Amino acid sequence: MDAPDAAELGRLRWRCRRGMRELDVLLAGWLDAHWLRADPAQRRAFSELIEQQDPDLWVWCTGRAPAPRADWQALIDDFRATAAH
Amino acid sequence: MDSYKIQQHKFDVVVVGAGGSGLRATFGLAEKGLSTACISKVFPTRSHTVAAQGGIASALGNMGEDDWRFHFYDTIKGSDWLADQDAVEYMCREAIPAVIELEHYGVPFSRTEDGKIYQRPFGGMTTHYGKGTAQRTCAAADRTGHAMLHTLYQQALKHQAQFFVEYFALDLVFDSEGACRGVLAWDLNEGALHLFRGHAVVLATGGYGRTYFSCTSAHTCTGDGGGMVLRAGLPLQDMEFVQFHPTGVYGAGCLITEGVRGEGGYLTNGKGERFMERYAPSAKDLASRDVVSRAMTIEIREGRGIGEHKDHMHLNLMHLGSEVIRERLPGIAETARIFAGVDVSKDPIPVLPTAHYNMGGIPTNFHGEVVQRKGDDNDAVVPGLFAIGEAACVSVHGANRLGSNSLLDLVVFGRAAANRCAELIRPHTPHPDLPASVLDTALARFDGLRHAKGSTPTAKLRLDMQRTMQRDAAVFRTGQTLREGCANIDKVYAGFGDVQVSDRSLVWNSDLVETLELANLLGQAVATMHSAEQRTESRGAHAREDFPDRDDANWQKHTLSWVNDAGETRFDYRPVHMYTMSKDVDVVPPKKRVY
Repeated sequence: MDAPDAAELGRLRWRCRRGMRELDVLLAGWLDAHWLRADPAQRRAFSELIEQQDPDLWVWCTGRAPAPRADWQALIDDFRATAAH
Repeated sequence: MDSYKIQQHKFDVVVVGAGGSGLRATFGLAEKGLSTACISKVFPTRSHTVAAQGGIASALGNMGEDDWRFHFYDTIKGSDWLADQDAVEYMCREAIPAVIELEHYGVPFSRTEDGKIYQRPFGGMTTHYGKGTAQRTCAAADRTGHAMLHTLYQQALKHQAQFFVEYFALDLVFDSEGACRGVLAWDLNEGALHLFRGHAVVLATGGYGRTYFSCTSAHTCTGDGGGMVLRAGLPLQDMEFVQFHPTGVYGAGCLITEGVRGEGGYLTNGKGERFMERYAPSAKDLASRDVVSRAMTIEIREGRGIGEHKDHMHLNLMHLGSEVIRERLPGIAETARIFAGVDVSKDPIPVLPTAHYNMGGIPTNFHGEVVQRKGDDNDAVVPGLFAIGEAACVSVHGANRLGSNSLLDLVVFGRAAANRCAELIRPHTPHPDLPASVLDTALARFDGLRHAKGSTPTAKLRLDMQRTMQRDAAVFRTGQTLREGCANIDKVYAGFGDVQVSDRSLVWNSDLVETLELANLLGQAVATMHSAEQRTESRGAHAREDFPDRDDANWQKHTLSWVNDAGETRFDYRPVHMYTMSKDVDVVPPKKRVY
C-alpha cells in the first residue's frame, strides 16, 4: 500500500468510528474487507456515505428505508453481506 | 526523543468530549460568557449518546400524577443504597427544568394529543414509593440521543464555543499546587500537538465499556478521561459496578431487546435445556436483567455453553412465527440476520451477557467538581478539574443505574458544571505561566508509545484484556475467580510494556490512537477487577457468589481505587452521603431491594 492510500485509509478508519456499535461493525467491516480492492467510484461513494448521520445510516442498514442513492444502497447491501460472515 | 512543536491555546474553560454532557457543558459555559473550547476525538453527533434511544426521565407529571420525590426514591432504591442522596435530590429536582430547557432549545419531543411532552413507563420508575407505575420518560421518537446532540451542538455554535474536532486528548496538565491547568491534545488530521490552557478542564469522555469482550458500547468508548485521571495520580470510584444486559449478540455485542423474551422468546444452553426454569421457576426467562445474566454465566462456567469455546447461549424465537416477529419485534430479525447471520424463523440467536454501562468513574460532587479524600475531608475538591456524564461517578447511580436516568445525568450535570465554572471563573482571566517542564512526562509518554518497538500488537493485548474481563469480571464473581482475574489482568497490564506500534506517522495514525486508547482502558480494567475482588458483599450490579447479601455495616461506602504506572492498585473509601440537599425530602434509609 502506498503512503497516500495509507493516510486515506487511516482517515476513513477513524471516520468509521460511530456513535453506535452496530454501525462501527458494519462500516469498519467493509473498509477492512473491501476498500483496497474498491474502484474509485466505490471509494468516493463510501467516503460520502460515511458523512451521513448515524440514525439515517441505521435505518438504511436495517432496510426500514432504502438509501437515497443507488451506489449507497449497493454499499449497504455489501456491508450486510460482509458482517454476516 | 523527537522534539515536538506545541501550539498553545488559552480559554477560560476546556471541555474534553462532545457527547450529551460535554455539549451541554460547552453550551452552558459559552452562554455565560466564558471563552470555551470543546475538544472531541469524533464529530459531536457521532458520540455514543446517539445510541441512547430510550429517553430521559423527568417527573413532569404530564401523563398522570408524578413528583420528583418519587423519582428520587426510585433512583436510590435502584442504586441499592450506594448513591449519594444529596446528588440524587439535585438530579431529580433539576430534571424538570432541564427537560423543559431542552424543549425550548428545540429537542423535538414526542407529544400527547393536547401538545404536552409524551411520557412512557420504564423499568424501576414508580409513583408513591413503589406502589404505582410512573410514566416519566420523555423521548424524541427513537432518536432521543441524536436529537439532543444535534440541538446542543447548534446551541454551542450559536454561543461561539470553539470546537476542535478529531483531536485526541493525551494528558491533563497540573501546576505545582495540584490545580488542573489544561490538557495536551493531538490533532489527528494535521498531526500537531496542542496545549489547551483553561482555568478549568471538564472531562466528558464517557464510559470504558470496551474493556469487555462483549459490550454494547461503540468503539469510541475507551474511557479516556478515566485513564488521564489515573495517570495524574488521582483515584477512580466504584469501578466494580458495571451493568450487564443479558442478551447481546455473541461477538458483535449488539443488543437484542428484552421485548423478545416478553413476546415468548426463551434461552437454551448447549444441551438444549431451558435452563432459566431452574434459576427462576416462576418468572423463568422474564426474570430481571441481573438474574438472567447470572444464570447464563453460571451455565457457561459449568461447561454447558454453546459453540467452539462453549461461551454463549441461544435465544430462541423460531416458535413465534415470522408474522409475530415482524409485527411485534421490528428490527430484531434484521439485527440477527446482519450480526449473527441467523434467520430467526429457523435458527436461534447466539447471545451472551454484555457490558452496558459503567456506574463507576471519576468521583465528583453534584457541581461536577472532581473530589478526593484528603485527611478528614471526604469531599476535597481538586481545583480546576471537573467530570460529568458516564465518565463521572457523582454518584447518582450507585451500584445500579435505572433506564432513562443516563441521558438525564448528562444534561443535569453538564449544566451544573457550567454553572459552577461561571461562579468560580471571571471571563478572560489571564493564565499564570507554567514551567517549561510541565509537559515533559506527557510528551515522553506519547513519544515512547509512538516509537514502541515491542513484539505484541495492540489488537492482541486488547483482546487479551477483553477476554480476561469477560471471564473474570463479568456477572459471575467469587473470591477465587476474582483473584485469578486480578493475576490475569495484571499480566495483561504488564504485557503493555511489550506493545508494538508499527506506524510512526502523526497523521491519521489509527495504530497509535488505538494504543493510546488501550492504555486508558487497561488502567480502568485493573481498577475494575481489583475493586471487585476487595468488595466482599453483593450490591446492585456487583453480585458475589461467596457473599450473596448486601453488607451495609461494612460496605455502604464508595471504593476509591488508584492504579500507578506499574499497575499496582491501592484503595481507600468515601462514605455514602446519607443526607439530602434540602429539607424538602427525607433520606431514604436502607431496605432490602425487592421488586
